[in-house]
Amino acid sequence: MPDTNVLDVKNLSVSYSTPRGDLKALRNVSMAIGQKKIVGIVGESGCGKSTLISAIIRLMANNATVHSGEILFHNSNLLDFKEREMRALRGIDISMVFQDPMQTHNPVLTIGQQMIDIQYRDKLSKSKKRQRAAEMLSLVGIPDAQARLNQYPYEFSGGMRQRIAIAMALMAKPDLLIADEPTTALDATLEVQIIKRLEELQEEIGCSILFISHHLGVIAELCDEVVVMYAGEVVEQGSVRDVFHSPAHPYTAALLKCDPGHIKEKTRNLPTIPGEIPDLVDVPAGCIFQDRCSRKVPQCQVKRPLFEAVNEQHSVACHLNNKNADDSDHKEARG
Amino acid sequence: MNKPAKNNSEIVEIFRHLIRDRLGLLGLIIVMLIIGSALFAPLIAPYDPVALNIPDRVQGPSFVHLLGTDQLGRDTFSRVIYGGRVALQVALPTIAGALFLGLVLGMIAGYGPKWLDNLILLFFDTVRSFPTVMFALAVVALVGPSLNTVIFVIMATSIPTYGRVVRTMTLSIKTSEFIMAERSLGASTFRIMSVHILPNVLGPLAVLAAMDIPTVVGLEAGLSFLGMGVKPPTPSWGSLLNDGYSLIRNTPWLIVAGGIPLILITLGFTFLGEALRDVVDPKLRGRGGAK
Repeated sequence: MPDTNVLDVKNLSVSYSTPRGDLKALRNVSMAIGQKKIVGIVGESGCGKSTLISAIIRLMANNATVHSGEILFHNSNLLDFKEREMRALRGIDISMVFQDPMQTHNPVLTIGQQMIDIQYRDKLSKSKKRQRAAEMLSLVGIPDAQARLNQYPYEFSGGMRQRIAIAMALMAKPDLLIADEPTTALDATLEVQIIKRLEELQEEIGCSILFISHHLGVIAELCDEVVVMYAGEVVEQGSVRDVFHSPAHPYTAALLKCDPGHIKEKTRNLPTIPGEIPDLVDVPAGCIFQDRCSRKVPQCQVKRPLFEAVNEQHSVACHLNNKNADDSDHKEARG
Repeated sequence: MNKPAKNNSEIVEIFRHLIRDRLGLLGLIIVMLIIGSALFAPLIAPYDPVALNIPDRVQGPSFVHLLGTDQLGRDTFSRVIYGGRVALQVALPTIAGALFLGLVLGMIAGYGPKWLDNLILLFFDTVRSFPTVMFALAVVALVGPSLNTVIFVIMATSIPTYGRVVRTMTLSIKTSEFIMAERSLGASTFRIMSVHILPNVLGPLAVLAAMDIPTVVGLEAGLSFLGMGVKPPTPSWGSLLNDGYSLIRNTPWLIVAGGIPLILITLGFTFLGEALRDVVDPKLRGRGGAK
């Protein structure tokens, strides 16, 4: 089983040192990305999505510390890598696409200069590199690529810039592409285009994608599996079908209810999840979601729920799941 | 947006946009004139700038002496032309040296570890806390007045000006998303500094340097006026002003002759600098000439 995974994160804990004390941004996070799989991560802001990816690519903030866990990339632990080895990996085996396409390119260099520059590790002639850059641009759907290489980033629209960013990230045909909310800054029609393009490219290149988004519709459309994070923990994980159709964790269920795409009637008050994320400097005992959970049981305040399987491809960390598998309460939760 | 593919180099592109801007063109012409006259001074100047001609002293402008003569009968026009040489001889190495050191130190301070940043800032602040003229007085008192002293003093006091600007720009660029993106694609620190931060810093810095040249020329003139610059027989615009100042009752021409080039060089480089500022930013260049 572990051999087939491109990325295997095991019990990863990361904290940030702040003036108030250690902020435990990730606690025992485990997740895996299989070969040629697209895995989505959902969760509200501050749930640790960005910390997780910065840990994977090892570009963490200065005040971040990894306390425990492993990040296995093709079965070697990235946390043991030296900075030099890590750098050799970035852009070649693991690449990344960022959220804001308007800021992801150097404003004073032409797209061509930048795309040629990132191939600095290859010993090709400049014209060959340029040729490859142009090929990548056409691959992501930018017409007239040769001429476009001479333009500066400001001459492209947001959607085009994001496509260029994807082209740059996929240039070396990486095994893993990390996409950090790549469509959040784009409008809906462009979002669909980018998603379609990503799907095609994924098939063509055969890479795995770790896709981060708030947008549940995009995750449902694009991903094979989904990981739901809440306040630095993975609360639910499984195939998109299982998780979206029968959410086992109250948080996932609430999240799905809040998705504007699911709302059928006109309303002035969009649904929200009441309450706030708990203070991660002083993590409360018991379930992390208890304060906001509508279906709290006494056990939630005492014991932290274990991560357990609902079925083969679906697991959840909730007392409602493991204890009372045939409780009526539970059925309601899944319905 | 309909720019066809061009093979023009960046320099040609910048130049083309520069001459489309009228003030920029004017600035460029003035600067070229000054540089040209300094380069070809022996060909342009009708007389030897240090040759004495006591019978013809303190004359007004005439066809023989275009700008008249000073108290020793030296031809003022020739002295103005040769004075430009001295001015640029001081300004160019000074700016180049200060620019280079400021760039290196500023980028290290901006990108490097915090303690190094603090150390370099301390150095900048120390240097800046000396008033230039006071510092010059002290150095001249120690080693005597000479062209090299002037160059050294002005260069040392200009480093922080550039260094601080570079540091601030580096700090803001290093946190921008495209640097993060480059790092996620495997770029090394050196690569990020040289390929990504440097070109972003260079444009604004070139503008700053162009605008700073008149300041340096003015400083050199000031030091020469005070007798702390170049040594007496060598013509400098500052010493010309000094001569004119003491002879103000006899002839106004010396002051005019020393002052006009200072005004011209200030205007020329300022216009050029301002036009450059619009041109080095590729985004503004896109609308270039629309002025």
